[in-house]
Amino acid sequence: MTIKDLSKKYEFYLFIIIISLCILFSFFTKEFLTLENFLDLLTNYSFLGIMSAGMLIVLISGGIDLSFTAIATISEYMIALIIINYNGNLLTAFIVSCLIGIILGCFNAFIIYYFKAPSLIVTIATLNIFYGFIILVTKGRWIYNFPTWFREMRNIFEFTAGNGKEYEIALPILLLLFVFIITYILLNYTFLGRKIIAFGGNQEAARRMGFNIFHITIFVYAFMGFLAGVGAISHVLIVQTVQANAIVGRELEVIAAVVLGGASLAGGKGTILGTILGVTLIAIMWNGLVLMGISSYWQPVILGLIIILSVISSAYSSRKSILGGTKIDIK
Amino acid sequence: MISNNTIISQLRSLYRNNATLSMLIVIFIFLTFLFSIFLPGKIFSVANFQSMAYQLPELSILAIAMMITMLSGGINLSIIATANASGIITATILTKLITADSGNSFYILVAAVLAGWVAAFLIGAINGFIIAYIGVSPILATLGMMTLLQGLNILYTKGYVISGFPPEILFIGNGTILGIPFPLIIFLTIAFIIAILLDKTPFGVSNYLIGSNETASYLSGINVKRVLIWTYAISGLLCGVASTIMISHFNSARAGYGASYLLVTILAAVLGGVNPYGGLGKVSGLVVALFILQIASSGLNLLGVSTHFTKALWGIILIFVIGLRNIKFKNNIKN
Repeated sequence: MTIKDLSKKYEFYLFIIIISLCILFSFFTKEFLTLENFLDLLTNYSFLGIMSAGMLIVLISGGIDLSFTAIATISEYMIALIIINYNGNLLTAFIVSCLIGIILGCFNAFIIYYFKAPSLIVTIATLNIFYGFIILVTKGRWIYNFPTWFREMRNIFEFTAGNGKEYEIALPILLLLFVFIITYILLNYTFLGRKIIAFGGNQEAARRMGFNIFHITIFVYAFMGFLAGVGAISHVLIVQTVQANAIVGRELEVIAAVVLGGASLAGGKGTILGTILGVTLIAIMWNGLVLMGISSYWQPVILGLIIILSVISSAYSSRKSILGGTKIDIK
Repeated sequence: MISNNTIISQLRSLYRNNATLSMLIVIFIFLTFLFSIFLPGKIFSVANFQSMAYQLPELSILAIAMMITMLSGGINLSIIATANASGIITATILTKLITADSGNSFYILVAAVLAGWVAAFLIGAINGFIIAYIGVSPILATLGMMTLLQGLNILYTKGYVISGFPPEILFIGNGTILGIPFPLIIFLTIAFIIAILLDKTPFGVSNYLIGSNETASYLSGINVKRVLIWTYAISGLLCGVASTIMISHFNSARAGYGASYLLVTILAAVLGGVNPYGGLGKVSGLVVALFILQIASSGLNLLGVSTHFTKALWGIILIFVIGLRNIKFKNNIKN
């Protein structure tokens, strides 16, 4: 692939921005370009990455999901319940967490499909339903009395680098890799993945092709729910506390990462590579700002600018007309 | 017997012509009946009516702001952030410029309110520009705008409250004219103006047409881009008006006022008969839906139900209403 081919790709520009940000931040702070910081970043942003993979699939299918943060919160409380009250092991907690995600995701999909309602409105409603009930049941309690073995589960292996420092690879990093790989395979090598892309590109065409729209809808939102479950376990492993308002509200960060990666709500567009780069860019930016000592009040401002600028640039580059992509020849 | 039949047939034709509205009025009567049994003397007390009359207008104007964008087939997720930004601007001018020795504070007051409105109008126009000219989906454009504005609001206020307004402005949020709360008068006036704007002007009709079929509207010569910019700009302006009522009612401005209104405005619009995909819906339906929601929320509040449960309940009702709409829609197609 020549430079000329590369320059046509959206991801190429993202990559250049990331590299230049890295160079910029390494001038300002010494801590930035260290393996330690890199591993910390990877661990801390694994939750964002896992959620983004799910959001990517939802956006590609032409929908949107705002309720996944509430799903992840419910999963987190279930994990705490299983680990602390029932002395369960990590695997049971993982399976239950994912199952809850899948069930609640299916609930979203059923409503979206059977009521023929916009996914945005449905998921705003279910966000409030899920979140309202979990707060009602748990009273918003914080849970932090996890057993010691659970704390030790966080890092699966440690190694000593050449300079004598000890580094740890956390389980969430492996979960993140696992999620990215299955999403990549799903989108590029499975019939279902190609169907999702086709469905997002043109729903009516997909329906007339004889695709089973119901199966696609169920799969997309169940997959998002499943990843909310995976994300919940990795988040609990990292922070070792369960707190009602830790995740809800972060859906904007996830959406920002995915649209930054080139996905658009018009559907049918978006790659896992772009999403990975989008997440990386956001992670590096937050990290750099913190290391440079810039007030965290700026974070939402920058986040908003990122969303607006990236949706503008992606809409502009795809050169779709305002008519939602329909091109009509009038001769 | 005969007269009875005619009444029923008249009611039937009324129902057929105005199905959503009549159903809403039935729900309204049912709710008031229910609450007057369970909360005797409380829901229909003067105190409760007054508090409802002050709470309803700000939410309602925001709901109208949401509704007109939904009619065009879009959505405006940034309404609350816009209202807060506008309120903070007005509040800043009021608190910075009006001091004890400044003589005629009336002009400053008007200027402050107008500045807030202009800012809200411009924010809406930017939304409209991004959506209409660049072709970004309304969800993402207004979501980005919401995040950006929320960020700016918090960055500017540092999370604090801006308070201490001159007494004149407090009238807007707390005063009465002939015993009717002033905010209620503002709301009803706006509802009337918007109803006329939507039903009787080329802009309003174009807005409905764009909502039902954008391509067809474009091909029939409607300037889609211009109409959409106006739709979002008016939506922004309404947020500005709502913010004036809000800050003068609370006597302060803050980044986080009305955070829970987003769901309720969408719920009110859908309950009031607005098609979530655009093109259908009337202001009258929205107004009755808002009265229903206000009665229901006051009633639940008086019953001592947790606010989290109320939120979950709004979500359930929203899904339920969308489901009913869909069933009705299917029946209409069959007929």
